[in-house]
Amino acid sequence: MALLQISEPGLSPAPHEHRLAVGIDLGTTNSLVATVRNGVAVALADERGRVLLPSIVRYRRDGGCEVGYAAQAHQAVDPKNTIVSVKRFMGRGLRDIDHIENAPYDFVDAPGMVQLRTAAGVKSPVEISAEILKTLRARAEASLGGELSGAVVTVPAYFDDAQRQATKDAGAVAGLNVLRLLNEPTAAAIAYGLDNAAEGVYAVFDLGGGTFDISILRLSRGVFEVLATNGDAALGGDDFDHRVFCWVLEQAGLSLLEPRDARLLYGKAREAKETLTAHGEAPLTARLSTGEFVDLTLKSETFCSISHTLVQKTLGPTRKALRDAGLGVADVKGVVMVGGATRMPEIQRVVADFFRCDPLNNLDPDKVVALGAAMQANVLAGNKPQGEDWLLLDVIPLSLGIETMGGLVERIIPRNSTIPVARAQEFTTFKDGQTAMSIHVVQGERELVADCRSLARFELRDIPPMTAGAARIRVTFQVDADGLLAVSAREATTGVEASVSVKPSYGLADRDIERMLRDSVEHAKDDMLARALQEATIEAQRLQAAVQAALAADGELLDATERSEVDRRMSELSTALTSGDHRAIKRAAEALNRATEPFAARRMDASVRRALAGQKIASFDS
Amino acid sequence: MQSHFELFGIEPGFALDRVALDHAYREIQGRIHPDRFAHAGEAERRASMQWTTRVNEAYRVLQDPLERARHLLELNGIDVAFETNTAMPAEFLERQMTLRESLEAASEARDAAALDALRADLAIDRKRVETQLAARIDQEKDFAAAASLVRELKFLERLDMEIESAYEAIEA
Repeated sequence: MALLQISEPGLSPAPHEHRLAVGIDLGTTNSLVATVRNGVAVALADERGRVLLPSIVRYRRDGGCEVGYAAQAHQAVDPKNTIVSVKRFMGRGLRDIDHIENAPYDFVDAPGMVQLRTAAGVKSPVEISAEILKTLRARAEASLGGELSGAVVTVPAYFDDAQRQATKDAGAVAGLNVLRLLNEPTAAAIAYGLDNAAEGVYAVFDLGGGTFDISILRLSRGVFEVLATNGDAALGGDDFDHRVFCWVLEQAGLSLLEPRDARLLYGKAREAKETLTAHGEAPLTARLSTGEFVDLTLKSETFCSISHTLVQKTLGPTRKALRDAGLGVADVKGVVMVGGATRMPEIQRVVADFFRCDPLNNLDPDKVVALGAAMQANVLAGNKPQGEDWLLLDVIPLSLGIETMGGLVERIIPRNSTIPVARAQEFTTFKDGQTAMSIHVVQGERELVADCRSLARFELRDIPPMTAGAARIRVTFQVDADGLLAVSAREATTGVEASVSVKPSYGLADRDIERMLRDSVEHAKDDMLARALQEATIEAQRLQAAVQAALAADGELLDATERSEVDRRMSELSTALTSGDHRAIKRAAEALNRATEPFAARRMDASVRRALAGQKIASFDS
Repeated sequence: MQSHFELFGIEPGFALDRVALDHAYREIQGRIHPDRFAHAGEAERRASMQWTTRVNEAYRVLQDPLERARHLLELNGIDVAFETNTAMPAEFLERQMTLRESLEAASEARDAAALDALRADLAIDRKRVETQLAARIDQEKDFAAAASLVRELKFLERLDMEIESAYEAIEA
C-alpha cells in the first residue's frame, strides 16, 4: 500500500545547499575516500587516477612527511621512518601489539598509547593516522571543489573504546568534522543493502589487513539493525603475510635480518599470498643485503597448512555472533564478503562451508566500506530528504564493566546493546567523611580485570562528607552513537554533582590533541589564529542555521519570554561573528546552546508524540 | 515518569503486540535518533542522545520477557526481590538440578550437540514459565504469584548464560 507523504507544518523540504560530505575508510593496508555525487556513491581518485591510498607514512629529517605511494617507494630503504599498518597501534600500549619484535620501528613505551621515534621526532599513532586522513581530505576537497562539511570515518566493529577514541582524535587532528564513527561491516551492509534492495538477515564477514569483524544484521524497510557483532581486533591479512614470512625464514635458514631485508621479505610474502588467489603456486625470490639469495616456491597446499589456524580463528567469533543474535546458520540469507583478505580462496571456502551458501562477492571488497560510509555521510549531512533516508541501529561490541573487590569485573553495559545506551550504578563511601573515590572502567568479556582492557580510572571528588555508607553516588555510564563512553556522577541524597576526572589508560588528553593540532598547523605554515577563527565561524554558522530551522519547525513550543531569550542569544552570536575574535564567537555560541537546551528537549518530546500520532493515523487504513 | 509501555503508546501487559512495539520504536527512532541531528547544534545533539538512550532502554526492557515482567510488577508496586527472596518450589529446584547435571556432563564431554539439546530443553521450560506469567499478570492479576515465576525465569536465564560459557570453553 502506498502512503501519501504529507509534510508536517514547518518541515516542508526547503531547498538548501548540498553539503560536501565524505566517507573515509581508514584501513590497515589501504585507505580511501568516497562521496555521493548525483545520488551515486563514488570513490575519489588521486591526480593519477588511483583510488586506494596505501596507509603508509614516511617521516623525513626535515620534519615533513610523505603519504601513500610516495612513502611506499621508500619502505624498503628507510623502514624505520616509514610506518605501515599504523592502525594496529591505535589506542594500544607496547605490550598489546603482536609480533612487535618484527616491526622495524623505534618504539617509545609512552604511558597509554605506544609512540614511534622517527627522523621527524616522536610521533603518536594518532598523528600518523591524521597524516593519512589529511591526504584524503585534500584529495576530496580538490575533487569536490570546496571545504568539507563533515566526514564519516569507519572503524572495525570490534574496536574498543580506546581505539575508537584514537580514531576520532586523528580526525580532529586532520581538521575533519567527524560526523560519526561508523562500524566497517555496518558501512558495507548499507552499501550492499541499498544496491541490492536486500531484506532479511545478513552476515557481513570483514577480514581486512589487520582486523576481523563479523556482524549479523537485519535489513528491513529502510532499517539497518545490527543484531550482534564479534571479531578479533588483531587478526587480518597481515597475519597471513607473517606466516609466509616465517615460512621463508625457516625454508631459507635465515635469522636476525636487517630491518630492510625483513621489510623486503614481508613484501615478497604478501605478493606470493596474492598470487595464490588465482594460481596454484607462487614464486618467491629475493636478494638480501647480505648477498644471500632466496629462491622458493610457495604452493597453495603449503599456504593452507601454515595459515590453517588463522582461518579457523575467524569461526569462533562467527559462532558467538550468531548465538548472541539468537539465530542459526539457516536464518542467514547471505554473507557479504568485505576486506581484501577475503579474496583468499581458503577463506571463501571456509565461509561457504560454515554458512552453507555461496558468499556474496558482487561488491569490490576494497571499496564497499568507503562507499557505505559515503552514503551514511550524505544522510548525516542532511542531504537526503526525510523519507528517502534510512535508520541505522548499531551496537556496542564489547561489554563495559567496573573493577570490584578482588580484581573482578562487574558488568555494567553488556555487549551488543543498541547504542546510544546508558546505565547508572550506585556507589557508597566506606569511611566517615570520605570525599573522593576512584572507579576503574574496563572493557571486555572476561571475569578478571587483568584479562580485560583498562579504559580509564575515574576519580570522583567533592563528595559531601557523611558517615560511612550514607552517601549514595550515582555514576552514569553513557555510550554515544559513536560507541564512545562518557561518565558522570551525582551524589543522590544532596544532589551535589561530583566532579569526574578521567585518566584514560589508553588515550590522549585534550592538551595532547591541541599540541598535535598546533604541530600540524605549524608545519603547514598556516596561521593558528586564522584557523581558529575560521573553525569557530563555521561552527557558529552551523549552529545558527540549525536553530533557525528548529524555530521555523517548532517555534510554537516556546513561550514569548523563552523565544525572546533565544532571539537575543542569536543576535549576540551574529554580533560576535563580526568581531573577528574566535573566543568571543565560541562564548556566544555556547550561550546560545545553553539557551536552546529546554527547547531541544521539548522538540524531542514533541517528535515522539508526533511519531505515535502518525502511527495511530496509519493504523486506520490498514 | 512515563512507563515503558506509555512511551511506545501500547497497552501494558505481559502478552506483547510485538508488531506494534517494533513499529512504534522505529517511528520514534526515525525522528529522534542522533543520526538525524549529526549536523544540529550541541543542545539538540545532546537531547537526541538522551532521548534515544531512553527509548533504547525501554525497548530492551519490553522485548525481554523477564525484564518486561519485572517492569509490570514494579508498575504494580511489587518488588521481585531477586537477592532477598530465594524460596523456590521443590519441583522447580529438582528440575534445575537435572538440567545442571546435564550441563556438567556436556561440558566435560565437550559435546556441543548435547549443549544444543540442553538449550532447546531450556527454551521449552522458559516458554512454559512465560505462558504462566501471562496468565498470572494479564488475566488473574496475581502479582505475588507472578513475582515467584519471574524468579524462576531468572534462574533459567542464569543457566542459559552458563550454557553460553560452556560453548565458549569448548570452542577455546
